[in-house]
Amino acid sequence: MKTTDLLIVGAGPAGLSAALAAAQAGVRALVIDENQRPGGQLFKQIHKFFGSGVHKAGTRGFRIGEQLLKETLEQNVEVQLGYPVYGLFPDGRAVCGSPEGAQEIRAKKIILATGANENNLCFEGSTLPGVMTAGAAQTMINLHHVLPGQRVVMIGSGNVGLIVAYQLLQAGAQVAAVVEAAPAIGGYGVHAGKLRRAGVPFYVSHTVHRAIGTDSVEGVELVKLDNFRKVDGTQLEIPCDTVCMAVGLTPMVELARLAGCEMTEIPALGGVVPMHDENMRTTNPDVYIAGDISGVEEASTAMEEGRLAGTAAAEALGALDAETAARLKDEIRRRMALLRSGEFGAKRQAAKETIVRRCEAFEAGRQEEGERA
Amino acid sequence: MSMEPSCPVKGPGIPSAERRAKGPVACIECFQHIPCNPCEASCPRHAITIGGEITGLPHLDETLCNGCGLCMTRCPGLAIFTVDESGENARVSFPYEYVPLPQAGDAVTCTDRDGHPLTQGTVVRVRQSPAFDHTAVVTVEIPKALSMQVRFIDRSSIPGR
Amino acid sequence: MSDMDRRVHAHPILDDLREPDTYIWYHDTKIPAVTGEPVAAALMASGIRVMRHTVKTGQPRGIFCGIGRCNDCKMVVDGVPNVRTCVTPVREGMRVETQQGLGAWRDEA
Repeated sequence: MKTTDLLIVGAGPAGLSAALAAAQAGVRALVIDENQRPGGQLFKQIHKFFGSGVHKAGTRGFRIGEQLLKETLEQNVEVQLGYPVYGLFPDGRAVCGSPEGAQEIRAKKIILATGANENNLCFEGSTLPGVMTAGAAQTMINLHHVLPGQRVVMIGSGNVGLIVAYQLLQAGAQVAAVVEAAPAIGGYGVHAGKLRRAGVPFYVSHTVHRAIGTDSVEGVELVKLDNFRKVDGTQLEIPCDTVCMAVGLTPMVELARLAGCEMTEIPALGGVVPMHDENMRTTNPDVYIAGDISGVEEASTAMEEGRLAGTAAAEALGALDAETAARLKDEIRRRMALLRSGEFGAKRQAAKETIVRRCEAFEAGRQEEGERA
Repeated sequence: MSMEPSCPVKGPGIPSAERRAKGPVACIECFQHIPCNPCEASCPRHAITIGGEITGLPHLDETLCNGCGLCMTRCPGLAIFTVDESGENARVSFPYEYVPLPQAGDAVTCTDRDGHPLTQGTVVRVRQSPAFDHTAVVTVEIPKALSMQVRFIDRSSIPGR
Repeated sequence: MSDMDRRVHAHPILDDLREPDTYIWYHDTKIPAVTGEPVAAALMASGIRVMRHTVKTGQPRGIFCGIGRCNDCKMVVDGVPNVRTCVTPVREGMRVETQQGLGAWRDEA
């Protein structure tokens, strides 16, 4: 059995940032990821990021990823790739797959940075080849440089849908439509503006009624929505060879559940997430979370959460004194608050505060129970 | 098909007609309170101010701005343009992240914010620099009356495609 | 089908585009591939979209999530069924076949 002070599951922006923060505090973490490459989804992000200078705003996502990876390796953080972690016990034992069979790792502290899964929609023909998640299309064009098709219909106008649609244009595809069930575009107006200038039609208050095709998709039939209800007789056919779904993400909380972490439902952040406090610590005192597992946001917030969790875990392991840790954590929280401001960020900020409040209430209840017992 | 109206061209980042007539100036079409401020630091003349909160809208000091266009390539939203109405025709510059790039001298169809064709124009300049990180700046010459409407080109109109 | 080329040969942002330097077999057709790319990317580049047919109704399935989660891209690779082609790197001369239902090991087929 392998032992480590700090085990980090997931080598995306949150996990790597956590490892880096811990390493800077003198804690050598072991990072495990099931993928063959580190960086999570960061290397697929070829657009310039929002934020401010401290968040490397104006820099393309994959360059931020390269920088983060370089810094992590310079700190001699051990990153084990190709190992899926599929078991986690409340006492801190993790089990992962490896070419030699199941492997057990015992850690004093664990940070889960497992990310999120893309949601999907069910409609007639939604299982046809050529219908895929926006993330799949993004992986193909930006990592592997292969176009999933020539003419794409994007379902969902949140930032993921808008960004991937733009990147499909950049890779040389046509975007035949961006479809949005709500009456207005969901993502940033400036992202939508890039597509509009390129002449991409937007269909708000519309959804996909069905995808047409036998062995692969040949078109979609859209239908108008009135207050999210389909309006009969408004079907409209658009020829396409690819349909992408960008309809939200769901935090991947399975390992947190196995570790006995209490969950809470918070729709604004993608559904059920592990309760956590201001230090990203769950109700299992040895388990921390960071990034999309703690609520779906953006890569820049994931990196700040990773730094916060890494710093807090290092403090809990005795590598940082309380005063230094408090100073570092305050700086991180200030930067994080900037990313959660404004008309788009405020909702996420409020949702995050709700999680922390619920976690505090849970802990208070647990303490009370303990005192009574 | 429903389409939202194109973004209204008014706000703290939009230069006055008087200023536009004097020569190139930035036109910052950023109307939502996004947590983002790289444009502020990108301006060597300190003509762009976001203020204390990074969600503030960029405010253009049109007397300081000389229309150099550096901000255009730093804006992650590709929401900054430059407009120059000092000549016989207007010149509009916009960020461009596609291949192939148009070339100076190309006759192209110029489009509005929704990609609708408005006029024929001529590409007069294409700027690229390592500092722009693959965001090129394309300048077209168009009739002056359309300077606040033209914001892009129809890519299929680039000669040789 | 294998004449189709969906590779991105020019890109405004990315400058590490790679051209095929190896090949795999899709049934009896030789498909160009880039060393290290997932099998699914090589197939997609040649316009191949159907990866498997479902157990009960034989419906076609293709790439869906692209990151090893959904199982829609499972194929028979070098005689081994249920290989997720979106996370399996190509190896020169690898044999890839459409999977029927749950698939079968080559020696059982």
